[in-house]
Amino acid sequence: MRNPQLNKHGELQHLLTLDGLPRDIINTILDTAAPFTEVAEREVKKLPLLRGKSVFNLFFENSTRTRTTFEIAAKRLSADVVNLNINTSSAAKGESLLDTVDNLCAMQADMFVVRHAASGAPMLIAQHLQNTGRDHIHVVNAGDGRHAHPTQGLLDMYTIRHFKRDFTNLTVAIVGDVLHSRVARSQIAALTTLGVPEVRVIGPRTLLPTEVGKLGVRVFNDMREGMKGVDVVMMLRLQNERMNGALLPTPQEYYKIWGLTADKLALAKPDAIVMHPGPMNRGVEIDSAVADGAQAVILPQVTFGIAVRMAVMSMLGSN
Amino acid sequence: MQIPDAEVLCRELAEQIRPHVTADTALVGIRTGGLWLAERLHDVLGIQAPLGAIDVSFYRDDYGSKGLHARPQRTEIPFDVDGAPVILVDDVLYTGRTTRAALNELFDFGRPARVDLAVLVDRGGRELPIAARYCAHTLAEPLPAAHNLELQRAADGALSLQLITRG
Repeated sequence: MRNPQLNKHGELQHLLTLDGLPRDIINTILDTAAPFTEVAEREVKKLPLLRGKSVFNLFFENSTRTRTTFEIAAKRLSADVVNLNINTSSAAKGESLLDTVDNLCAMQADMFVVRHAASGAPMLIAQHLQNTGRDHIHVVNAGDGRHAHPTQGLLDMYTIRHFKRDFTNLTVAIVGDVLHSRVARSQIAALTTLGVPEVRVIGPRTLLPTEVGKLGVRVFNDMREGMKGVDVVMMLRLQNERMNGALLPTPQEYYKIWGLTADKLALAKPDAIVMHPGPMNRGVEIDSAVADGAQAVILPQVTFGIAVRMAVMSMLGSN
Repeated sequence: MQIPDAEVLCRELAEQIRPHVTADTALVGIRTGGLWLAERLHDVLGIQAPLGAIDVSFYRDDYGSKGLHARPQRTEIPFDVDGAPVILVDDVLYTGRTTRAALNELFDFGRPARVDLAVLVDRGGRELPIAARYCAHTLAEPLPAAHNLELQRAADGALSLQLITRG
């Protein structure tokens, strides 16, 4: 079966997940993103690539940063951007997801940026477009359920490459609530595809998927042990809104054991970088001093995120 | 066809430009061949303003049909474009579409006082109303579309023109 993200020429048709995305394509996206970073410094922060195209931001779940950075990326490519606030729209009146999509296609949509609480919703839209012969319309997954958040994973890879240059000699730790995290799943897929020799996941047993080791990672239930000698620390947000039942005692207890503090960071390599996908819970998964410290690259992640999204959309727009 | 010597043409081009160079003249090379040529001219002519480089990938008019295939590189304009007399440098002038893309991109950085075009070779075949002010060599007959004339740079920095015929 053909990779549902690629067209018959092997080019990117949709971006749905990093799991199974060929290394060449990931590298091409990262290489293409590099010259886009320079656009932010120009007097006119616009490129003509998506001029006349309509990008629909379909956010069925709340998001500020991701929606905003997608919007900025699309606007810097000269696209027309329509943001749909689904809470106040047709879905609330009972319209199905695919009916919403069909209606937007009738308004000449060229690209959908989709966030949905249900894993697989962007894939469902992509398949629907393919089954109905609308191959010129592209779908970008902006986060679906616990499944994937591919542009976050890519911007994280861009950030690591920017600061560390080479993936093949790194030890990378992903720390925290992996269970609820689509970000972690995309990070693990990208890191392993790019040849990172050691990917660690660190977290309490209740917040790690039971078979997480099968993804090719080393599992640590002791944070101090897991932090030793790492080059990159990727913190995850504690997803309070997704917690059902007693997975944790209290946020204070979590901070004490799993929060990234200066003394735990001191166990990593001296030049280790600290990343976080945002939004941060200061004093829960990360100490304020560490979040604002010299090793944190959390704000560069946001800036690189725009360039990476521009690269993805400009590659899709021409395929 | 006799392929002209790029080093000789390069010296000729520099001498054509030299009488018109002022204290605020700036050079911008179009990647990749045009940038090599611009580096040489910048050096030979003793241009004060730092050298600019343009990659036109994001401004090409065939993006819709051909997409972003070649890996784009950075555009870097390290001088203030507003009010600057700019010489845009390319190795070979053909349809004029690359020049158009470069002009569009340059104007997103500011409003230059004037823009001149300098090329090593004019191969004919223009599809847009664009002409070079400085041109070291014009082919007697336009080169057929199946031929690709481009500048190469050897490891020692020597420039040469190569004729490649697409099969």
